[in-house]
Amino acid sequence: MTFKIAASPHTHQRRTTRQIMRLVYLALIPGVILQSVFFGWGVWFQLILALATAWLAEGLCMRLRGRPMWSAWRDHTAMVTAVLLAISIPALAPWWIIVIGTAFAVIVVKHVYGGVGQNLFNPAMAGYVVLLVSFPVQMTSWPAPTMLTEHSISVVDTINLIVSGYTSAGYNLEQLRTGIDGLTMATPLDSLRTDLGSQMTLAEATDKPIFTDFAGVGWQWINLAYLLGGLVLIKLRVISWHIPAGVLLGLGLPALLGAAFAPDQQIGPVLHLFSGATMLGAFFIATDPVTAATSNRGRLWFGLLIGALVYIIRTWGGYPDGVAFAVLLGNMMVPVIDKYTRPVVYGHRGHP
Amino acid sequence: MNEYKELTWQGLWANNPALVQLLGLCPLLAVTSTVTNALGLGLATLLVLVGSNITVSLVRDWVPKEIRIPVFVMVIATFVTVIQLLMNAYVYGLYQSLGIFIPLIVTNCAIIGRAEAYASKNPWRRSAFDGLMMGIGFSAVLVVLGGVREIIGNGSLFDGAELLLGDWAAGLRVELFAVDYPLLLAILPPGAFIAMGFIIALKNLIDHYREQRAKQPAKQVTRARVTAQ
Repeated sequence: MTFKIAASPHTHQRRTTRQIMRLVYLALIPGVILQSVFFGWGVWFQLILALATAWLAEGLCMRLRGRPMWSAWRDHTAMVTAVLLAISIPALAPWWIIVIGTAFAVIVVKHVYGGVGQNLFNPAMAGYVVLLVSFPVQMTSWPAPTMLTEHSISVVDTINLIVSGYTSAGYNLEQLRTGIDGLTMATPLDSLRTDLGSQMTLAEATDKPIFTDFAGVGWQWINLAYLLGGLVLIKLRVISWHIPAGVLLGLGLPALLGAAFAPDQQIGPVLHLFSGATMLGAFFIATDPVTAATSNRGRLWFGLLIGALVYIIRTWGGYPDGVAFAVLLGNMMVPVIDKYTRPVVYGHRGHP
Repeated sequence: MNEYKELTWQGLWANNPALVQLLGLCPLLAVTSTVTNALGLGLATLLVLVGSNITVSLVRDWVPKEIRIPVFVMVIATFVTVIQLLMNAYVYGLYQSLGIFIPLIVTNCAIIGRAEAYASKNPWRRSAFDGLMMGIGFSAVLVVLGGVREIIGNGSLFDGAELLLGDWAAGLRVELFAVDYPLLLAILPPGAFIAMGFIIALKNLIDHYREQRAKQPAKQVTRARVTAQ
C-alpha cells in the first residue's frame, strides 16, 4: 500500500489557476463592453492583438525553456495579462504599441523571472510603464468618448488607424482628436492636471463638455462597471477585499482631506475614485495574487500604499494617472510588508 | 608567459570587471546610450587603469599598509585629472557629452579594486598588463552595451563618432533603420539595466555550455565486462 506524500501547502483553494483566470475574464466583461461603447471598435482590435501576441510569446518562451507549451496556454495567466494591458492603452494606438508591450510583459517580466508565480512585478503594469516611458505621445492620445465627437470612426477606419496610422480619408489620429473646433480632447485627469497646474480653480477646470457628469463622460461608467466586476470577484472569493479596500481608502482619504482644505485646488474624492484607472487598478491589477502581499494585514497595507502613491503621483507627479507606477512601487515593497505582517503561528504569542 | 595568458583570460572573460565583478556600474549604465560615449569612457578608464596600476605597483613597498587606500585614491585622482584635461583639450565635444562621468572615474571601484587586489602585490610589468586587460574587458562591455542600446533606441551606430575620432569619422555613422518613434526606454537608464542583465545572462549561458562540453568526455566511461556469463 502506498501513501500519498504531498508537499505543503496542505490547505488549498478549490479552484485551479485556469478557473480563477476564467472568472477574472468574466468579471472584466462589463467594463470592456462599456469601454468599447465609449471609445469605439479599437478596444476590441487591441484585445485581439494583445491576446495573439501573448499566446505566441508564451508558447515561444515555454519552447525555449523546454517545457510543454499547452500547460502555459491552459492556465490563461498570460491572456489575462494581455487583456489588462489591452484595456489600459488608448483604443486607437498603433498596432506595434500593444505588441511590444505584451511581448515585453510576457517574455521579460514573466518568463525571465521563471514563469507563472515567479514574477516580482505585475506583468501588465510593467509592460504599460515600458510603453508609457518609451512612447509618451501614443500612450497619452486617448480618443474622446464617442458621444462628444462630431463623427464616429467606422470599423474600417479603426483598423486603418491601428495598422497604418491614417483613416481611409487620410486623417491621422491627432487630427481626429483635435476635431473641428480645434479643441483637443484630453482625458479628464489629464485635462484637470493641465488646468489646475495653470492656476485655474477646480470649478473653472471642470467647466468642459467632458465633465458634464460626476466624474468625466464615459470614464465614470467604465469605472462603475469595473467596480461591479470587482465586487463579483470578492463575492466569489477570487480576491479578498483587503487590497481593493486599501487602495480606495489610500486614495480616497487624502482626496477627502484635499477637498476639505483646498477644495478649489485639488481634485475631489469622487473624481479621484471614478476616473482614470482607479477601479480597474484596485480590483483587477493590484490584486494579482503573485505580486501582492500574502497575509490579510499585509494586503491592507499593500493596498493603502498603492492608493496613497496614486494620489501622490496624480497630484504632484509628472503623469496624469499613476496606477501603473504605484502598483510597481508597491510590488517592490512586498517583501518588506510580508516580513512585518507575518501572521502569528497558532499557539505562539505575537511580537513582544 | 603563462601568467600573462592567465591575466588576459581573467581580464577579458573569466573575471571581467563589468560582467563578473559588477564593478563600476554607475558609469557603465549612465553613459552607454551610444557607442561613441561608451568607447570614449572606456578608453579613458583604460588609460587611468593602466597608469594607476603601474604607479601603485611601483610605490607599493613604500606605502604604509594603514594609509594605502587614500594613497591609491590620490594616485587614481591624479591620472583622472590628467585624462580629463587631455580630453578637454583634444576631444571637447566628447568631454561635454560625458560630463560629470569623467571625474567620476575616480570612484570607479574597478580601478581601486585592481590597485588593491593586484597592483599592490605584483611587479609593475604584470600590473600594467593586468590594467590593460581589465581595461579592455571593461571597455568591451561598455561598447557592446552602448551598441545594443543605440541600435534599439535610435536605429543607428557610431552616432557622433566625430566627437571622439575627429571629423573624418562623421562618415562612420550607420543608419540601420529609420524610426519615427524611438524606443526611448533603451536610451533611458532602465534600458541600461535591462540590457546589462541580458548581456550577463548571455555570458552565463556561454559559460554553462562550455562547462557542459568540458564535462562530456568524462561521462563516457565504458566499463569492460569482467564477469563471465
